[in-house]
Amino acid sequence: MTAPAIDVRSVVKRYGAFEALRGVSLAIEQGEFFGLLGPNGAGKTSLISIVAGLSRATSGKVEVMGHDVVDDFRAARHALGVVPQELVFDPFFTVRETLEISSGYYGIRRNDDWIDEILENLDLRSKAGENMRALSGGMKRRVLVAQALVHRPPVIVLDEPTAGVDVELRQGLWNFVRRLNRDGHTIVLTTHYLEEAEELCGRIAMLKQGSIVALDRTESLLHRYAGARLQLRLSGAPLPAALASLRIAEGPAPAPAGIETLRIDRYADLESVLATLREAGCTIDEMDLQRTDLEEVFVRLMKETR
Amino acid sequence: MELDPSDVPGERAGAASPAVAGFSWQGFYTLFRKELLRFYKVGFQTIAAPVLTSLLYLLIFSHVLEERVEVYRDVRYTAFLLPGLVMMSVLQNSFANSSSSLIQSKITGNVVFVLLTPLSHREMYAAAVLAAVLRGLMVGAGVFLVTAWFARLSFHSPAWILLFAVLGSAILGTMGLIAGIWAEKFDQIAAFQNFIVMPATFLSGVFYSVKSLPPFWQTLSHLNPFFYMVDGFRYGFFGVSDIAPGISFVVVAATLAVASAVALRLLASGYRLRL
Repeated sequence: MTAPAIDVRSVVKRYGAFEALRGVSLAIEQGEFFGLLGPNGAGKTSLISIVAGLSRATSGKVEVMGHDVVDDFRAARHALGVVPQELVFDPFFTVRETLEISSGYYGIRRNDDWIDEILENLDLRSKAGENMRALSGGMKRRVLVAQALVHRPPVIVLDEPTAGVDVELRQGLWNFVRRLNRDGHTIVLTTHYLEEAEELCGRIAMLKQGSIVALDRTESLLHRYAGARLQLRLSGAPLPAALASLRIAEGPAPAPAGIETLRIDRYADLESVLATLREAGCTIDEMDLQRTDLEEVFVRLMKETR
Repeated sequence: MELDPSDVPGERAGAASPAVAGFSWQGFYTLFRKELLRFYKVGFQTIAAPVLTSLLYLLIFSHVLEERVEVYRDVRYTAFLLPGLVMMSVLQNSFANSSSSLIQSKITGNVVFVLLTPLSHREMYAAAVLAAVLRGLMVGAGVFLVTAWFARLSFHSPAWILLFAVLGSAILGTMGLIAGIWAEKFDQIAAFQNFIVMPATFLSGVFYSVKSLPPFWQTLSHLNPFFYMVDGFRYGFFGVSDIAPGISFVVVAATLAVASAVALRLLASGYRLRL
């Protein structure tokens, strides 16, 4: 049996009295495109830091490709490439020097061919001789991705890789990462852009306050909350009391007069909703029907597990 | 932007990790070279500036004290001062190299580029300290070359000169590493430098022989490991010292062993690095 790409077992992380991770267990299989989602402070970065060796778990075990991240840290880190969340760089070096240095840390002496390939694929070739300080934020982000790939790791962790980057880079980056995944790399992604996670990830874990509140295939998560969101602009009469239980809030501010957002569990329920509105004397001026997306699943899960 | 990773070979994905055990020479060499490049690229600040500072010390102190002080018989004050200044530069710059490199990396966040890699605490220690030794020796050589014209120096025992220069710079490089690990802001490094390194250097007999001090201060000076570094180094030039060079060597070697043990322990534990 092949070892999971990442195996997290009962991991607890405490910072003084604060418990950032509360016994998290999770196995990410080789070749998966896995999403790790959660609100700020949920423990995503704490978990990734422990997997990457940037932080030590208070208790529990983590393995990368079957190698313990503490006892067998060299093999575990050889198997892992991490794109950190912060846009960090070493201001003393050029892009090529940065990648050569990163290669050397992994014991790779002559890596020029592979570095050239990565530079080409990330559209960085023309910047190879430039100092890191001279690059734009998007370019620096690409170099971070390149650094994570210099040692050809089978497992790649991307911690909020598209935060603050333009649409062009985001699309290019996802095409590249998809290709890596197709070629057999395991990809672990954290992101605040839930539509990205929905589009890319085959399986998703949602973290909240240091615990996993959902772990399933993306389709299963969406199916679990199957249904649709119905947005209406009504006139003639207010929303009848019989439909009040379906009402959902669209944000912290109250909705404008006449605008109502309802959740229906099945498309078949639409007919009875419209009939009730008609009987109450409501006129539908506008109507919009959207299927449940990951964002809604996320919001509902976060509310349910309060 | 077009990203076409068509050249990313599939067979590489999932390939077994190379088995690496013991000491990664390539990893160590890369980190060492990176540390050298770091100070080489700002050579004016890291090498030329301290050489100029030492030259100013020499000009001022020798002008004021040359005719008034004779520390050893037949050794003029400027000649006595010169090895002290060289060693002071070696020590201060070794400390500055390892401490500033680490604190800068911690504060800018790029220390993750090292922490994410398979480098062990031994390789990190060896690379940081060796780079610090090299910078200390380069600055020391620069100070020597610029100031040697001002006095006639003898070379009684070049082996002792080199030995104390290397051991002294290794101790200060290690102390810089400890300070860099412990500190969380530049202020704390400055405090370490100004309240520990600087007083210990100035009170080590760089500018005078401790034998000229009152008994209490002599005793206190003998508790200062920096004194043995400077005194042993100076012995290499004149064949005369306050303490027998063998004793100085034992004290300096023991100091290096203790400092290294502390630094290696801190690195292995991840103290203030792997949170």
